[in-house]
Amino acid sequence: MKRGLFTVTSNEQLAPGTFRMVLAGDTTAITAPGQFVNIALEGKFLRRPISVCDWGEGSLTIVYKVVGQGTEQMSRMAPGTRLDILTGLGNGYNLDKSGDRPLLIGGGAGIPPMFALARKLLAQGKTPSVILGFNQASEQFMQADFQDLGLEVTVTTADGSLGVKGFVTDAMPQTGYTCVYTCGPAPMLKAVYDKSVTSGQFSFEERMGCGFGACMGCTCQTKYGNKRICREGPVLEKEEIIW
Amino acid sequence: MVKTAVTLSGVQLDNPIIPASGTFGFGYEFAQWYDINCLGAISVKGTTREPRFGNPAPRIAETPGGMLNAVGLQNPGIDKVVAEELPRLRQVYHKPILANISGFSLDEFVECCAKADASPYTDIIEVNVSCPNVHHGGMSFGTDPNMVYNVTKSVKEVCKKPVYVKLSPNVTDIVSIAKACEEGGADGLSLINTLLGMRLDIKKRRPILANTTGGLSGPAVFPVAVRMVWQVYEAVKVPIIGMGGVQSAEDVIELMLAGASAVQVGAANLVNPYACKEIIDNLPGVMERLGIHDLTEIIGGAH
Repeated sequence: MKRGLFTVTSNEQLAPGTFRMVLAGDTTAITAPGQFVNIALEGKFLRRPISVCDWGEGSLTIVYKVVGQGTEQMSRMAPGTRLDILTGLGNGYNLDKSGDRPLLIGGGAGIPPMFALARKLLAQGKTPSVILGFNQASEQFMQADFQDLGLEVTVTTADGSLGVKGFVTDAMPQTGYTCVYTCGPAPMLKAVYDKSVTSGQFSFEERMGCGFGACMGCTCQTKYGNKRICREGPVLEKEEIIW
Repeated sequence: MVKTAVTLSGVQLDNPIIPASGTFGFGYEFAQWYDINCLGAISVKGTTREPRFGNPAPRIAETPGGMLNAVGLQNPGIDKVVAEELPRLRQVYHKPILANISGFSLDEFVECCAKADASPYTDIIEVNVSCPNVHHGGMSFGTDPNMVYNVTKSVKEVCKKPVYVKLSPNVTDIVSIAKACEEGGADGLSLINTLLGMRLDIKKRRPILANTTGGLSGPAVFPVAVRMVWQVYEAVKVPIIGMGGVQSAEDVIELMLAGASAVQVGAANLVNPYACKEIIDNLPGVMERLGIHDLTEIIGGAH
C-alpha cells in the first residue's frame, strides 16, 4: 500500500459514460491484477475505489463508469490534473491457480481488471479466453484492446445488438477451461458461480469507507470467516463464497 | 522546544493525539503506513462479550463533509481481543492503549471491562455507552443519566485502571449525562461519539444503509464536538478526551481550548492513513505560531 500524487496524462471516453484515464505516478505498490486504487476527490470526503485496468512502471490505467457525482467529476478532468491516490489495495487475482486455459469473464464495470490479468497470463505462456458482457452494443468498450493482445474474445449483449444474445453465462463453454476469473455485478457473479465447473476467483464490489482494512465497512461472511472486501478481497475463491 | 506531552488520569502521553476507536482497527493496518509509536495513545476497536459480525452491508454512506457508518460493533469478542489482538499490537507498539468496551447488558459491560482491565496491555478502559448502530445496547445506555450512572459505578467496582465513559451526542442535555458519569466515579469522559443520521437512495427510494440509520462523523460534526466539550468542561472536574471531526493540529488546539485534555482523531484516518501522524508532525509548528509552549496550559483556556 502506498499513497502518491499522480498526474492525469489522458482521460478519454470509450463509450457513453465509460472513460479511460491514464495517470503518471509511482505504481510500485501494485502487485497483482484485480487490485484497486482509492482516489481522493476535491469536495468529497471519502475516496473513490476504482479497479486497476493496467499498470506499468510509472503508469496507471483505470477504466471507470460514471455512476455518481465523484466519477462525473473525474470524467471532466483534464490532462495535468493532480490526484492523491492510495495504490496497491486489495489482494488481486492469484495467477498461480489459472492452469493452462483460464476463462476470463467480465461484465460491464467489471471488465477493466480482466485486461491486466489477461496480459499477465499471456506473459506466463497461458492461453486465456475472454467473455465480455454488456447490456447493448453502444456500451461496448475494450473489445479491441483484448483482441490486440491476440486473444479470442466473445462478446455478449442482453439485447442481442452485438455478439451473442444473452448474458455472459450464455457464452460460457461447458468444459475446456482450467479456472474461471470473473468480475462484474453480483447477479452475474452468482450465475457464473452456478455454471462454472472448475475452481474460480470472483471479484466483489462493496461500499467502502477507507479501502485499506481499518473501518470494517465492507466486511462480508465467507466459509473461511469474515473478510474485508478491501483487504482480504476483493477477490474471493469460489469455494469460500457464501451467497 | 514546545511541550506536547499530556496526562490522562496518571497515564502519560507524548502528545494528545489518539486514533479513535473503530477507525484504527487494532493498529496493524496503520503500522504498515508509518511507525505508530509516534501516537499519544491508541483507542482500539470497540469490543463486546461475544464475537460480532455487525450489521449487513451497505454499512457506509458518504455525506457532505463526512460519512455515515453502521458497522455495528464488528469485533472478535473480548476473550480473543485480550488473548490475541492486544498482544499482537504490543509487538509493534509500546505506547498507551485504551480498550474500548461496549455491551448489551450491565453484566456484559462489567465482565468485558474486568477482562480488559486485567490485561497487562491496557492502560485506560473506555466504556462506550454511545454506539448508535446496535439495538437494545450501546447508545441506549448512554442517553439516560440513571443508566449511565449504573454502568459507570458497576464498571468502576471491577476496574483498577482509569475508566473513561464515551458519551453520545444524541441527547437533549449532555451535561446531565456527564455529571451522572462523574457521580458514578468515572475517571474521565470521551466525547463525542457519532451523531445519528440517515441518507436515502433517491432512485431506489430506500435508505442507503442496510441498518437504515448510521453514525455521522467527519468535519461536519466538529462544531458540535467543540460545543459539547465546552459545556461538559464547565460542569465536571474529570479530564475530557475530545473528538468529533478533528482533521488538523489547529482543530486539536481548538478542542483543547474548549476543555479537552487529549484529542481523538476518527474519520480522518479513513481518508488519509497518515492523518494522525501528520497532525502530530504539524502540532509543534502550530503551537509555536500561536505562542503555546506547553499544551497542558491551554486545556479549557477559552473559558
